[in-house]
Amino acid sequence: MSAEQQERAVRCLVAKVGLDGHDRGAHVIARAFRDAGFEVVYSGLHRAPEDIVQAAVQEDVDVLGISILSGAHNTLVPKVIEGLEEYDAFDDTLVLVGGIIPDEDEDDLKELGVAEVFGPGTPMEETIEFIRNNVPERA
Amino acid sequence: MAGPDASAVADAPTLSEADAALVEDLLAGSHRALARVITKIENRTPGYRAIVSALHEHTGGADVVGITGSPGAGKSTLVDKLAAAYRERGDTVGVIAVDPSSPYTGGAVLGDRIRMGSNVGDMDVFFRSMSARGQLGGLSTATADAVKALDAFGKDLVVLETVGAGQNEVDVVRTADTVAVLVQPGSGDDVQTLKAGILEIGDVFVVNKADMDGAQRTVAELEEMVHRREGGTTGRDAGHHGATSTAPTGAGGSSSDHGDGDRAGGSGHSGSDPHAGDSDGSWTPDVLETVANTGEGVAALIETFDAHAAYLRESGRIAATERRRYAEEIRTLVRAAVGSLATAEIERHGGIDRLAERVRDRETDPYAVAEAIVGPIADCVDEAADGDAGD
Repeated sequence: MSAEQQERAVRCLVAKVGLDGHDRGAHVIARAFRDAGFEVVYSGLHRAPEDIVQAAVQEDVDVLGISILSGAHNTLVPKVIEGLEEYDAFDDTLVLVGGIIPDEDEDDLKELGVAEVFGPGTPMEETIEFIRNNVPERA
Repeated sequence: MAGPDASAVADAPTLSEADAALVEDLLAGSHRALARVITKIENRTPGYRAIVSALHEHTGGADVVGITGSPGAGKSTLVDKLAAAYRERGDTVGVIAVDPSSPYTGGAVLGDRIRMGSNVGDMDVFFRSMSARGQLGGLSTATADAVKALDAFGKDLVVLETVGAGQNEVDVVRTADTVAVLVQPGSGDDVQTLKAGILEIGDVFVVNKADMDGAQRTVAELEEMVHRREGGTTGRDAGHHGATSTAPTGAGGSSSDHGDGDRAGGSGHSGSDPHAGDSDGSWTPDVLETVANTGEGVAALIETFDAHAAYLRESGRIAATERRRYAEEIRTLVRAAVGSLATAEIERHGGIDRLAERVRDRETDPYAVAEAIVGPIADCVDEAADGDAGD
């Protein structure tokens, strides 16, 4: 009997990496995602890139949103992406970065495989819409 | 009983090629595959039944501990410390943490992971958050299946963490071998509310935040309650109804506790001595104190978990517990399957809203509608039964 319906929910990990104690934004995002019907796992503060990878793999999230306000994105984000690749999880995870990212870095991050970068003042609906439209299809 | 049993085994769902590879990867130790299997279980992705079915024979190696308690009692923090302590002695750990989801949007913030500070970066602690999005007993099926995935993966210990509110959550935690009920001090009224359903399922009671005022009083209250429970009829032992063999009631959802006499699991758990006897060997729940923040009392708690696991094995209770659990699982699955048959049948009759409107207009009544919907299904069952008799 396969008549019971599927219950698919978008799963997101909202992650704070490195020495960056500003998590108001991450909290607001987490709540907005929840209200959009997503299932949100919040990493907590001061996580190492390996911790983020561990959480993303174990929770099998569709979306990994990394919030960085410290300026260390050029060292931290590549480590996270490498880790995801190591676990074969990069291809079907939508990686987003939020925070204060200079324009020239934004291009580099996208080159690495970050799907989109959301700066300060991005309307919440825009981020949610982006996720809805770009969540990886999974087998 | 042999006939239907055999056919049930023969009809095991078939794995697709991709899913077979996934199962293989999981058994080979791929974290990614394990995570993906749990997602499939959670989403009820077509084919997940075949996956769980294939995993079943690899399960049985893990001790499953359920932890429940009111919000803020310190469950997540305690689970974190427990996991760290288990890791220290060399055990691998899986954790399933269930959080409520919004009934309006279906969204959820799964916050238990934040507390897992002692185990970040340790891949041998596999922590998975699940939202309570499933309905109608589906949650306990999903968590039980997720536990199976962790068990088959080879985890020595699986911890199931859930808020102890509502029948759904109680059903979840009942799928564990050993159940710890977490209480915080000063919750006099909370202890009262525990009576309704949760007190009965506790194998261990833990007063967390035991360094707070009122801890001793809460311990005393719990102890009194435990002893009162011991004095009365326990009503939770399954394993004494072997003689009464009722015909299977199908999906009727009978609340009876039968089905103990025969094997429900189908995977050769030999219950050598199903009758442990209550008088000498029954388990009296301990009341322990912990301070999860500092890890105080965690070692003693683990000792008690081990003692309970040993008790289950040595008394032969484990067989009864497992039979009860598998019986419940079978019932839930059958009920869900029959429920979806009924849903399809309701659609065929024009949908639930139209039927309700007709009842409102006094054209018909709920009983008649139910009869009309279930009738054809019942006819099929009768026909099948006649066919079996003819063989």
